[in-house]
Amino acid sequence: MAARVQTGNRPNAKFAQFKLVLLGESAVGKSSLVLRFVKDQFDDYRESTIGAAFLTQTITLDEQTTVKFEIWDTAGQERYKSLAPMYYRNANCAVVVYDITQASSLDKAKSWVKELQRQANENIIIALAGNKADLVTDHPDKRAVPTAEAEAYAKEAGLLFFETSAKTAENVKDLFTAIARKLPLEQAGPRGLRANPRAGVDLRPEPQAQGGGCNC
Amino acid sequence: MASKATLNSEQAIKSETSSKNSGPPHISLSKEDSEDVGDDLLREDWKPELPPRRSTLELMNVSQKSPTSSLRIGITTTRPKLQSTATTALSLADADGQLHSDELQRNSATSLRSSPSHKSLRSHTPIYRSRSGTISEIDDTTSILSYHHLPGGSDAESILGDLLTTDQRSPQWLFSHGDRHVKQDEMPFDNNEPTADFNREFDEIPDLVEDGSNEAELLQQWESKRKHFLILSAAGKPIFNRHGSDNLISGYIGITQTIFSFFESSNDQLKSFSAGKSRFVALTRGPLYLVAISKLGESDSQLRVQLDSLYMQILSTLTLPTLENLFSKRPSTDLRRPLQGTESLLAALADSFTRGSPSTLLSALECLKLRKRDREAINNAMLQVKCKDLLYGLIVAGGRLVSVIRPRSHSLHPGDLQLIFNMLFEAGSVKASEGESWIPMCLPGFNKNGYLYMYVRFLDILKEKESEEVHKSTDTTEDRIAILLISANREGFYELQKMATEVIRYLEKIDKLSTIKSAIIQGRPTTTDIVPGTVLQHFLYKSRGNLQYVMPSYEPSFITLLGRRRLLSVYHALHAGVHAKTGHLKVYHCISREHVALAWITPMFELYCIADGSVERNALAQAANKVIEYIRSQEERVFIIGGVVSHGPSTLTLDE
Ligand SMILES: Nc1nc2c(ncn2[C@@H]2O[C@H](COP(=O)(O)OP(=O)(O)O)[C@@H](O)[C@H]2O)c(=O)[nH]1
Ligand SMILES: [Mg+2]
Repeated sequence: MAARVQTGNRPNAKFAQFKLVLLGESAVGKSSLVLRFVKDQFDDYRESTIGAAFLTQTITLDEQTTVKFEIWDTAGQERYKSLAPMYYRNANCAVVVYDITQASSLDKAKSWVKELQRQANENIIIALAGNKADLVTDHPDKRAVPTAEAEAYAKEAGLLFFETSAKTAENVKDLFTAIARKLPLEQAGPRGLRANPRAGVDLRPEPQAQGGGCNC
Repeated sequence: MASKATLNSEQAIKSETSSKNSGPPHISLSKEDSEDVGDDLLREDWKPELPPRRSTLELMNVSQKSPTSSLRIGITTTRPKLQSTATTALSLADADGQLHSDELQRNSATSLRSSPSHKSLRSHTPIYRSRSGTISEIDDTTSILSYHHLPGGSDAESILGDLLTTDQRSPQWLFSHGDRHVKQDEMPFDNNEPTADFNREFDEIPDLVEDGSNEAELLQQWESKRKHFLILSAAGKPIFNRHGSDNLISGYIGITQTIFSFFESSNDQLKSFSAGKSRFVALTRGPLYLVAISKLGESDSQLRVQLDSLYMQILSTLTLPTLENLFSKRPSTDLRRPLQGTESLLAALADSFTRGSPSTLLSALECLKLRKRDREAINNAMLQVKCKDLLYGLIVAGGRLVSVIRPRSHSLHPGDLQLIFNMLFEAGSVKASEGESWIPMCLPGFNKNGYLYMYVRFLDILKEKESEEVHKSTDTTEDRIAILLISANREGFYELQKMATEVIRYLEKIDKLSTIKSAIIQGRPTTTDIVPGTVLQHFLYKSRGNLQYVMPSYEPSFITLLGRRRLLSVYHALHAGVHAKTGHLKVYHCISREHVALAWITPMFELYCIADGSVERNALAQAANKVIEYIRSQEERVFIIGGVVSHGPSTLTLDE
């Protein structure tokens, strides 16, 4: 698949468009990270996402290169689990988020990574984001996931890794920029896939909802 | 005067009772004279009544047995749209509110009868409703239309029947001596009238401290709330509770569950009871117990409608089979987990009931007022770019319907739309999302068993300054346009997204976004914008055929939270009173310290209106007629009639 590269008025200008999906347990800060990235805002009293939200944001990597992200911010609740494949199918990249003050949210993140590696696009770039970093700056005892532990896991699984704060904006831009840099421009251009969502690598059957129900 | 000619129903009506029973509703009047009698409504000169006009009344089965009835309904056949059997965009799940053709056929159409009385409203001693809630008939000397303001003239009908002569489609009414349809009542909620403490109704109750030392204080706060909703599983697990933590009210939850199971085991379905000023109303729905505890004076059936709506919100998240499955597998299921993230939807719904929701009270929706031509152009824009998988397409502005397209075979249920509106405009989540949304949602009125998928895009077309103006001048903080496209295809997002983009482009091209925008900025008119000089402070008009309602702005009299709640309490009282009556033509009147109010129900509409307590009944009556006249003249602007039928997807299978 050729990169969707447009040559604009400047001779070597490149424009690429990528599909990105955010996954992770609910309330870890997925929507907040997106809001920070797209609007540079933060909201202390954010209500849970209903369904999924679709947003776009364009970043400039260098003078030549502009990358547009089409972002799926998913809700993360169990009941939407069977819909997840629709969001990560054909995704070029994924941000899997956990909350560094909640150990269980890393387990959930790991299971998302596993699912992505099994079911999503083979070349998908995955970033692991340990969010709410601001909470531990003043209260180190609140940290439930040591940086080193998450970092080691990320390395082993082949993921980009950042500790972020949607609240203070720490590492948010860096996270998305790092993803953009890692995306091979030759592989960009999910536009073509859009017309036929089932095209490409993703002809495998959809995974069944896992874990035997959600009332555990 | 008492001997004045009386036009009673036998005289006035040439009824073809039996022969028309099976035919379509068809009531016609020959129209004579008077294109311009509108002014008569305000004319205060008295005209004695005439014997029947030359009007030919072809009426349906006249069930009116009493010659004393004083309402008249006339429907011309020339504008069949008004007949409520016409296709409507909306339908009601609950057959109660649905107007059936046989109901229309049973309509009594009765004529004007006057029994002049010189007594004015204030001179009467109304018969008050006892706290037990019984309704006493108005006493024979009572007359709402008081004639002594109406000095002699020649044609009483042009005062009392002016709507009839202006346009025979429209019912008009008066109250008359001995009218058995008129019920009068003291406002039944006087004891419960919300006071300044209502402003703290939505304040959050803090958490219990660890040693429990603030428990008494918090419980007192809990008890001071005017309204509670509790939802538990049959096994007693809390599912939803509007105020306070589960811990704080665990005692109440336990008691509630005990009461439920006690009554259930004795095969006696608990429905409601009173304790002090509180009314407890309970509803069992499958594996769920729902309870409303209200000190706002609503009737049991009104509270049940609210509980049912909360239940529908739960179904809309889970679908019925999922809900039943969870509990049949494990009766001790904690439903809070599968409902996670939708607490805010339940709370927003509960709060809208507590603030007072005309839409819930009437089971109807409100439309944005637009010229017919404009609405058609907007409908057409949606049809032009309609995509294959589209089931319903809606444009909503400021919480009001702008345009609806739907497949021929499916109507939209007001209850479903209310859940959607609650999600989009009351709860914060979708609103706050800066992009487009794709929301799996079960619409229980449409189908309880599966999901539909809703594409949502908000357009911020108002500039910040305009926005502030709208918030100031209207009672809503919602001023955005939303495009909602609903499909049964879970993969349909990109297709619907494309359609939405095309709708917007099309609307821009024909310059209709700006039309919608100015309608939003204009906001709801005040009662005096609608009828200059009217005594009415507010009204609700529901078109029963269209399942839509019209109301003026809450400005200037009911703009505060408390003011609005008091208004809605009056409407609840009127609604309960008038619905407690049987028959088809119903009028209900009540007064309180501050207000006089009136409910008037015909097969075509429900009108509720309110004026200051000093207003006399004849003035109220005339004002009500004026509203009917206004609605009639604006009907195609204030209602979406029929909705646009599109060719929906040919087969429909829903995800479970
Ligand atoms: N202190 C802090 N709070 C955050 C941060 N990110 C999100 N939150 C809060 O965590 C809650 C859940 O965030 P949300 O973005 O809705 O999580 P999502 O369910 O994963 O989308 C909200 O109350 C946010 O205000 C962060 O970086 N720091
Ligand atoms: Mg979210």
